[in-house]
Amino acid sequence: MGEGELKLLGTWGSPFAIRVRIVLNQKEVKYEYFEEDLTNKSELLLKYNPIHKKIPVLVHNGRSVCESLVILQYIDEAWSKSGSSVIPTDPYERAMARFWAAYIDDKVIQALLGILKATTEEEKTYKISETMSVMELLEEAFEKCSKGKTFFGGDTIGFLDVTLGSYLTWLKAAEKLSELILLDETKFPKLVEWTEQFLSTDCVKEIMPEVEKAEEFITKTLKPRWAAASSK
Amino acid sequence: MESHKGVTLLDFWVSPFGQRARIAMAEKGIEFEYKEENLAQKSELLLKMNPVHKKIPVLVHDGKPVCESLIIVQYIEEAWPEKTPLLPSDPYQRAQARFWADFVDKKVYDCGTRLWKTKGEEKEAAKKEFIEILQVLESELGDKKYFGGETFGYVDVAFVPFTAWFHSYESEAGFSVEESVPKISAWAKRCGERESVKKHLYEKEKVYEFVCMLKKRLGIE
Repeated sequence: MGEGELKLLGTWGSPFAIRVRIVLNQKEVKYEYFEEDLTNKSELLLKYNPIHKKIPVLVHNGRSVCESLVILQYIDEAWSKSGSSVIPTDPYERAMARFWAAYIDDKVIQALLGILKATTEEEKTYKISETMSVMELLEEAFEKCSKGKTFFGGDTIGFLDVTLGSYLTWLKAAEKLSELILLDETKFPKLVEWTEQFLSTDCVKEIMPEVEKAEEFITKTLKPRWAAASSK
Repeated sequence: MESHKGVTLLDFWVSPFGQRARIAMAEKGIEFEYKEENLAQKSELLLKMNPVHKKIPVLVHDGKPVCESLIIVQYIEEAWPEKTPLLPSDPYQRAQARFWADFVDKKVYDCGTRLWKTKGEEKEAAKKEFIEILQVLESELGDKKYFGGETFGYVDVAFVPFTAWFHSYESEAGFSVEESVPKISAWAKRCGERESVKKHLYEKEKVYEFVCMLKKRLGIE
């Protein structure tokens, strides 16, 4: 099943693309990567994701799969013999993984953007406390899902690890730019430990962008863009 | 701790999200206990079983909760694999089904809600957007009997509860589903003939009564 031509359209910083690349790396699956310029979408992107026109898009033997969590499950099923399973096999554990992945995607970006975009100290404080609530829940989720092991997925990196892990560069950039500590080991010891383990894993190290690059992008591209939008 | 064996669904009668779970279980012949929630006064059980979102539906299977309607439907599919599969077996076809169910999830409810919650220009814009959403879905359906092909499947389960709201959307925004997207209209009628759908969807007038009640409560003209 898992043979043939494989392409991935993504961007260097997108957590959604990063998570797919980590999994393909983990399964040692070869693919051709296309870095997209989202301000000038390629014909390839418009052809393979006409509905949403977003990345990541996986193109396998000319057929496209879109939406990162759908792609992850597809990779698991199409390359089931390579590497370890991305998503748990037990139905209840799968439901838990899907639930927390949806929660992470719903909350984490909003939390980080909230902090970075805050215009007053009051707003910033409020956004930070919102983020802390999210992290408290994730610390609890980690305990339940990992069952004492290293990763959300157990002994090896899984669905939830890559979903949350794909935000780490941006989380660290937000910490530095806002001069605060979100990954506080006194408050979230398990998450902090997990972060270190996750980031030092080979298949992750090669893909995660440098925090400095993210900081620069936020400072030089995103913040001016936000300022321009709010002054309209 | 609710550790009794069996399946319970915490739900709200008119919720299309709850109906996805009811219809999936009916298709698979799974017996379950239905518990109606008062959303203005959520039960202790609901708050315990869904502390993160405090929303329905929640499926409780042998005491363990599963939340979020499409996650519930996938769980039902995987926990009872021997009964009437809702997803195809080919990984690419499964990915397509998941993509389209996700599309329904992202688009239909939010835009549909704007059809009755907004007025004037906003409502016109919502109507245009909604018809476009239906047209995209019609294009995906094509000439198939169901989104799942010959068999009623995951995408059909995800979308069919909203057919009970078509009349409300049409009445509020002034358009016709049958005229705009005849294939979707025909598909809705075919689904309506299924036992699972007949049993678990309410008549369009009852749904519209509910929408009107909500509008009044929210102070919308």
